[in-house]
Amino acid sequence: MIQVRDLKKNFGPKAAVNGVSFTVERGEVLGFLGPNGAGKSTTMRMITGFIPPTEGSIKIGDHDMLENPLPAKRLIGYLPENAPSYTDMTVAGFLGFTAELRGMSGDAKKKAVERVIEMCFLENVRHQSVDTLSKGYRHRTCFAQSIIHDPDVLVLDEPTDGLDPNQKHEVRTLIRRMGEKKAIIFSTHILEEVEAVCSRAVIIDRGKIVANGTPRDLKMRAPTAGAVLVQFTDGNGADVAQKVGALPGIDRAEVVGERPLTVRAYPHKRSASEDTARAINELAAKERWPLQQLHVEEGRLDEVFRSITLPDTKKEATK
Amino acid sequence: MGNIWTITKRELRGYFASPVAFVFIVIFLLLAGFFTFMIAQFFKVGQATLSQTSYSPMFFGWHPWLYLFLVPAVGMRMWSEERRLGTIELLLTMPITPWQAILGKFLASWAVVAIALALTFPVWITVNYLGNPDNGVIVGGYIGSLLMAGAYLSITAMTSAMTRNQVVAFIVAVVISLFLILAGFPPVTDMLVTWAQPWIVDLIAAFSVMTHFESIQKGVLDSRDILYFVSVMAFCLFTTSTIIRAHRAG
Repeated sequence: MIQVRDLKKNFGPKAAVNGVSFTVERGEVLGFLGPNGAGKSTTMRMITGFIPPTEGSIKIGDHDMLENPLPAKRLIGYLPENAPSYTDMTVAGFLGFTAELRGMSGDAKKKAVERVIEMCFLENVRHQSVDTLSKGYRHRTCFAQSIIHDPDVLVLDEPTDGLDPNQKHEVRTLIRRMGEKKAIIFSTHILEEVEAVCSRAVIIDRGKIVANGTPRDLKMRAPTAGAVLVQFTDGNGADVAQKVGALPGIDRAEVVGERPLTVRAYPHKRSASEDTARAINELAAKERWPLQQLHVEEGRLDEVFRSITLPDTKKEATK
Repeated sequence: MGNIWTITKRELRGYFASPVAFVFIVIFLLLAGFFTFMIAQFFKVGQATLSQTSYSPMFFGWHPWLYLFLVPAVGMRMWSEERRLGTIELLLTMPITPWQAILGKFLASWAVVAIALALTFPVWITVNYLGNPDNGVIVGGYIGSLLMAGAYLSITAMTSAMTRNQVVAFIVAVVISLFLILAGFPPVTDMLVTWAQPWIVDLIAAFSVMTHFESIQKGVLDSRDILYFVSVMAFCLFTTSTIIRAHRAG
């Protein structure tokens, strides 16, 4: 549904987006990750046709956004960053206006407005003017606007920004549910969100895609992914680490916490994690170490994110 | 067409939801009345006209000056508010062309001025009650006044697309409009004549709303005058679209 190829955008001499390509099919939810200023919003603005790219092509469905913007725009629902809306209108008035711009009128328009008011829990505030609303409601009003025409493609720029935990949960559930039938791109800073909602994630840094895969694949890129974490209620840290590290197939082992004594062992190969875990279990039984917990680490997305997007100079400094 | 009307409706609701439209209409009517009855001494001059008496400008004659401050106040929010709120991003990612948005907004603000102008009808009734004016001339005056307001509004649309700050949009629009008045204002042209060739003075005056409004309000509906106002609007709205496009392109 969404095809982006070699997208570039220069603001003056600065390249905000520098050669981004990806596709999103129907039934996919693509998470867009990246530090502030990485070019996430700029990319989304180009996809939705708000700003023209310096180079590259954008296809929505069968329509080229640059050559034939109107049919392409018809397929997209867009929630811009900060969820803007006309503050002098009521919630229902604003939604009716966007429905009309989407080509609806009469009964169809009324039905569409009712549908999104219900979906986004706006019943209580429908007659209230937008400037009297709290941030959460404003956000949901703008979100409601983006799905009013039940679009095939949804582009959401930080859809959960500024919402409370309950609202965040609602919006995530909504995105996941809609993701079964639509092609969705959304950007976020919150990494758990990606794991909870996305079928695929893209990490973008300084205008370039630096990682692209399922959240599982990405987590595998964490330095601790595949390591075995073992916990004992008691024991001599140095001795345990030394003996575990001496097991065949293990690169090294290090003490990461005392009381309970926690040791992390890195196997040579990630595929050998299970065997390593079994070997440690056997060793513990033989040595009569009081084993409390033992598991293979999946790796954490925030570690991947940090290791990929931290600028090189800073990485040197933290070493 | 449908999209233009949708946007015009929204903008009109916006004007009347905030006090902008009411404040404009009330102040315009008060000032129009004040200049007509107090300054121009409508009742004392004893002439049944709304344009020019032998002593001073009458009703329509004050409009270029009233509009100078009031019309930019109506139009200044047109695009700067969209930019400040960020709604421009919503509007221009809808399946509409930028021209539909530009025209829709422009027509809404023009309608506000037209409503204010229409509400001056008691003056027309009064002058007809007291004497026998040439109503054709008065109709010409209304048409000319509306066209002039449209020209000022298109200038304001242009300045308001330049900035997210309404005050800046207002001031720049007033300055440009003032230039368009002064270029053909008799005291200024009289001064210019003393040191410039007459054809230069005529050329400069040809750019002025005064020159063109003057003849329309005398009842002479010359196609050249109408063309002048229409081309000012076309030029300014075209510039507006260029500014908006440049702003999006970054």
